[in-house]
Amino acid sequence: MRFLASGRRHKAARPLLLLLALFLVGAVYAAVSPATSSTAEGVADAQLIAAGKNLFAVNCASCHGLNAEGLAQQGAPNLTNVGAAAVDFQVASGRMPMANPLGQAVSKQNTFTEDEIAALAAYVGSLGNGPGIPTEDQYDPSGIQAAGVARGGELFRTNCSACHNFKGAGGALPNGAVAPNLTDADPIEVWEAMRTGPGQMPVFAAGAVPDQDVKQVIAYIQQVNAAPSAGLSLGGLGPVAEGFWAWVAGIGTLVLFAIWIATRGARA
Amino acid sequence: MNEEKTPPVADPGLEEHEHRYTDVDPAAADRAYRQIVGMLASVPVFVLAFLFVYFGVPKEAELVLFGANFKMQTTLLGLTGGLATLMIGVAAIAWARSLMSDEEIVGERHGAPSSPEARERVLADLETGIEASGIRRRKLLGTGMAGALGLIAVPALVSLADLGPWPTAELRSKTIEKTIWAEGVRLVNDVTYIPLKAADIVVGQLVNAVPEGLPKIEDGAEFQQAKAKAAIIVVRMDPNSIKIPDSRKDWQVDGILSYSKICTHVGCPISLWEQQTHHLLCPCHQSTFDLANSGVVVFGPAARSLPQLPITTDSEGYLVARSDFTVPVGPSYFERDSSKDFKEGDR
Repeated sequence: MRFLASGRRHKAARPLLLLLALFLVGAVYAAVSPATSSTAEGVADAQLIAAGKNLFAVNCASCHGLNAEGLAQQGAPNLTNVGAAAVDFQVASGRMPMANPLGQAVSKQNTFTEDEIAALAAYVGSLGNGPGIPTEDQYDPSGIQAAGVARGGELFRTNCSACHNFKGAGGALPNGAVAPNLTDADPIEVWEAMRTGPGQMPVFAAGAVPDQDVKQVIAYIQQVNAAPSAGLSLGGLGPVAEGFWAWVAGIGTLVLFAIWIATRGARA
Repeated sequence: MNEEKTPPVADPGLEEHEHRYTDVDPAAADRAYRQIVGMLASVPVFVLAFLFVYFGVPKEAELVLFGANFKMQTTLLGLTGGLATLMIGVAAIAWARSLMSDEEIVGERHGAPSSPEARERVLADLETGIEASGIRRRKLLGTGMAGALGLIAVPALVSLADLGPWPTAELRSKTIEKTIWAEGVRLVNDVTYIPLKAADIVVGQLVNAVPEGLPKIEDGAEFQQAKAKAAIIVVRMDPNSIKIPDSRKDWQVDGILSYSKICTHVGCPISLWEQQTHHLLCPCHQSTFDLANSGVVVFGPAARSLPQLPITTDSEGYLVARSDFTVPVGPSYFERDSSKDFKEGDR
């Protein structure tokens, strides 16, 4: 205390005191306003949504309407409640924007950057209540054990194989549509497709299929496609493709032999 | 018989034989000979290769061809064994085509019947036999034997009744026309048996569901039979976009409808549901049902609408059945009463 009392007239005392006061004010302010960082995040979110709105107006609004309300005569759905996950799925896989709005949205080269997709997803996600973009622990199948893979297979064959084939090779649907091949699908794509139901695909929501079950389904798709197939898989489509090749190659060769046996050779 | 008639077209006789190169040119014949012997000589080479592969190539070795995985040993065994067999066949055909004589040879046909003497002798032997059996004088012997042989078939035919119980109306109402659905039975997700809450089902969702009592059935055969009849699909559609007849207003919960999963054609399980058209397509024969219109058939060989299961919610908000199906599920059978099935235009 004597040190403080004797040094109070030192020429460095006033600047030091000032510094101390400033530090105290800063510390107290930081302590009583914990919302500082989230306010900054909110500002960033608002900026992202605003950027997404601009991108939407340029790239999506011609079909989906300026406020994402959809245009029935274009066949473009209302996007109010589709959620950020639907945007991430459709745009990142190149399905949206569609090259031909009359057909099925097919996967193609995506022309948007990750930031642009995030902005679009944030904007559409802010419009209503839809599934958000999942975090890795919601879809990453790496922790699934053998029993989980088997259960995933059971779920896959019950819920998915009607359209996507028993190993995810895809299949034909009415009116020229196709259920896509899942062999190269990213886990996040499978999660987003199940939760948002793109195109004709039904939704498989968390109430009936929790995230853990989705991870098991993804683990099954990965394992069944990683396992080496014996010989040519012929698309993994089963007896139709195999029978076709048996007829064309097998019986075709036999016919050629029969023709050779029966032809009259060259004569002198 | 027709020998005296002149045939309508004069018999041109045999065409003049044209010789092959191998017939007239000894060098060509030698060349063909060498080729055939060469093919036959390749057979032991392939056989030795087969033996080498059989004992020498490890079973685990793999081979990648056209981007697909093959087991090295089985592929090579097939290749060597197949080529050995093929070479024998090709050599045999080449031998027949180029070195065996191909001169046409005339073989005269003869009539099929035996000589008249032989036929007379057989008939006489038969007559002797009939006479010796005594059947001409004691006629009941023949009738008795024929009747006894006919009656011996009766036990065999009657024992067919063992194939199954007689399908009386009472038995049918306890078996094929009944499922384990009943009032208050919760709808649970197939495989995981998670009970379904109405609030968790979103528009466009499809759930493959079963009754909650199903996993408690321990007997395997009984379980499969119960599941085959009780399997349902639950879908939620925007109530404003679908047709709900007045008689089925209470069968659904805010656009959540449930239908039998078993096709009414030949009973395949169906879950190929198109969310936007609301059509349910059977993979077996492409029967298509409109779930937005009480499950009527819009395409394909199925003759009857998909049976709808009346559902409601219980006090905790879970989906429950209001009753069993009102009509038998699955494919038709002879005794089935199809007058209660939903038809397009019913209210």
